[in-house]
Amino acid sequence: MDLTFSPRETAFRDELRAWIEAHRPGEEPAGEEASFAWRVAWQRALAADGWAAVHWPPEHGGRGATLVESAIFNEELARARVPQPANVLGLLLGGPTLMVHGSEEQKERFLGPIVTAEEIWCQGFSEPDAGSDLAALKTRADKVDGGWRVTGQKVWTSYAHHAKWCMLVARSEPGSEKHRGLTYFLMDMEQEGVVVRPLRQITGASEFNELFLEEAWIPDENVVGGVGNGWKVALTTLMNERAGLAFGLQVALRVLLDELTEEAAARGLLGRESVAERLGDLHVRCEVLRLTAYRGLTATMKHGQPGPEGSLTKWMWSDANQRATELAVELLGPGALATDSRWAFELLRARGNSIEGGTTEILKNIVAERVLGLPRLR
Amino acid sequence: MHFDFTDDQREIGRTARALLAARSGFERVRAVAERDGRAYDDELWEELVSLGWTGIALPEAVGGQGLGVLELAIVLEELGYAVTPSRLFSNALGGLVVDACGSQAQRETLLPGIAAGEQTATVAVASGGVAELVPDADSARWIVLVEGDVATVYDAGAGGLSIEPRETVDPTRRYARVAVGPGALSTALELPAGPGLDRAEVALSAELCGLAQRALELSVAYVKERRQFGTPVGAFQAVSHRAAQMLLETEGARSATWFAAWAADAEPDSLARGASLAKAAASDAGRHVTAAAIQLHGGIGFTWEADVHWLYKRAQVDAALLLPAARHRARVARLAVGAAA
Repeated sequence: MDLTFSPRETAFRDELRAWIEAHRPGEEPAGEEASFAWRVAWQRALAADGWAAVHWPPEHGGRGATLVESAIFNEELARARVPQPANVLGLLLGGPTLMVHGSEEQKERFLGPIVTAEEIWCQGFSEPDAGSDLAALKTRADKVDGGWRVTGQKVWTSYAHHAKWCMLVARSEPGSEKHRGLTYFLMDMEQEGVVVRPLRQITGASEFNELFLEEAWIPDENVVGGVGNGWKVALTTLMNERAGLAFGLQVALRVLLDELTEEAAARGLLGRESVAERLGDLHVRCEVLRLTAYRGLTATMKHGQPGPEGSLTKWMWSDANQRATELAVELLGPGALATDSRWAFELLRARGNSIEGGTTEILKNIVAERVLGLPRLR
Repeated sequence: MHFDFTDDQREIGRTARALLAARSGFERVRAVAERDGRAYDDELWEELVSLGWTGIALPEAVGGQGLGVLELAIVLEELGYAVTPSRLFSNALGGLVVDACGSQAQRETLLPGIAAGEQTATVAVASGGVAELVPDADSARWIVLVEGDVATVYDAGAGGLSIEPRETVDPTRRYARVAVGPGALSTALELPAGPGLDRAEVALSAELCGLAQRALELSVAYVKERRQFGTPVGAFQAVSHRAAQMLLETEGARSATWFAAWAADAEPDSLARGASLAKAAASDAGRHVTAAAIQLHGGIGFTWEADVHWLYKRAQVDAALLLPAARHRARVARLAVGAAA
């Protein structure tokens, strides 16, 4: 056991820290459009010096970073309070999925513009009637000469209004059920058959969208991993989702908690045992999450792929983040609920944490069935 | 960054698991718990001594094995897993405090007997010279009492101490109330008590992790077998989700405890934070998971016949020994402010 960073890992971290300090983006501009453009510019700056896709192999514009180095990358971004690259879904999900299941032509065509944020990616998996039960999806892909015509509806599609490409899973075999008869496509978002409508969340903001597809066109060469293999390809995307995001989220929680602790200390609240204990409880949860995530990385390096234990860290994170925002509001008083307070936004946004990326209930099912080996209720 | 055991460390865990399964099964635990005076098995003690586990984390110069707190934690996790009635636990915790806080001379005097298991130690947090529950105080030669920042070693063989055996909810271990009286022979350890107490908390946390792990495994096995409404009850989400929660808490406590044990050996600057993380997480996990185990066993879990109650009872006392989790949580918050400032 060695819980320090190796000289190579330390060098990676120090080089990254120095780079971030020298290239900090300015203040985030107001407005969704301007803010996204600011993040695109940030990603281009990262890409110019090889920092946008550190976990990708060098031949595709990455650094071939190890899992630990990727974790360091996410931790450092969060710690420095600079944003994630704009094309986060392409970098974390789309690219790695293509590297496993894509053809040589697809890798050649698609990977480069992901790194430079020339082409933004989104993910079309969930549907109104296929959320936790993703395999119940109904969006239909009809075979036509040279390609496919896709009709249906997708929901919770982040970045859809900025995206050029959508990772789309649709039912390509009429009458098929569940995991069979699905195909994974790359769909061009810039066409008439695709209509994007922003979805307003309880925070008032719109991070997500609905997609309405009416005979949208996808050429044959944009099938990933073969017709009918969509479920398998989609699982690769989902595994990368839970494994890749965990470290950034964990540090974002750490930063939030440090700010709350500093604010409580500044108001003289830490002298109260009850306050110190409750804040301490959250620090314990946050550190336990971080340590468990690192244990998971070691296990992943040993076994070659992330295991179902990743569900534990996502569950720990959402639980701790919700508790932290609730405690903030309780400790800081009614002013924290005014919309000019960041805590008001954080409180509302945190409610989504135990739903997005796998509800806590589904994660408990995964843990019970795949880690503990308990029987499935049918 | 490598958050896993070495092959040697895994081998220690496997050896301990196999030995305790053979020599300290639940029938042996039950025999001790139901025996007058809760006398431990002498043969098991001889075996643990001959394996060198009484001195596993003590320096070779005093007859120990020169391994770390991490190796001790691996052994103690297995003792918790088996709920083994043994002085190994109290002696190990006392030894850690003496080793961390004693002067060279104090260590040379006290540690050889502790490492050899011939003159055992124990430790407790005291107030006004009184410690309410001291594990194995009636058989220990050296009773370490920590008050504030000072750890004092009392010679139980020299008189002047009141040592009254006390029955507790945990019948798998012997406890006594210790009160310092006139004429007690003592020596204050030279260094501040903090780092010694922190190491003892880590060792204690390891036992709690083992208790939780066993409670989880017994429960999972039981809900796979037990059928109601025509199906194994483990297929009901009200049951399976509780089991998932047990895993979450157990694994979280292990992450914190292993980190803290590693810090004790390799990164002393992180020990205070690590020990508090470990005790806070492990005392919650130990109590919650063993309580959930009784619940998941249903009516049978509430009987004396079932074995889950040994785990619950040991976890209750372990969580109450040394400093309570609340103190550790408050310390973590204050350390976080210090680190940020």
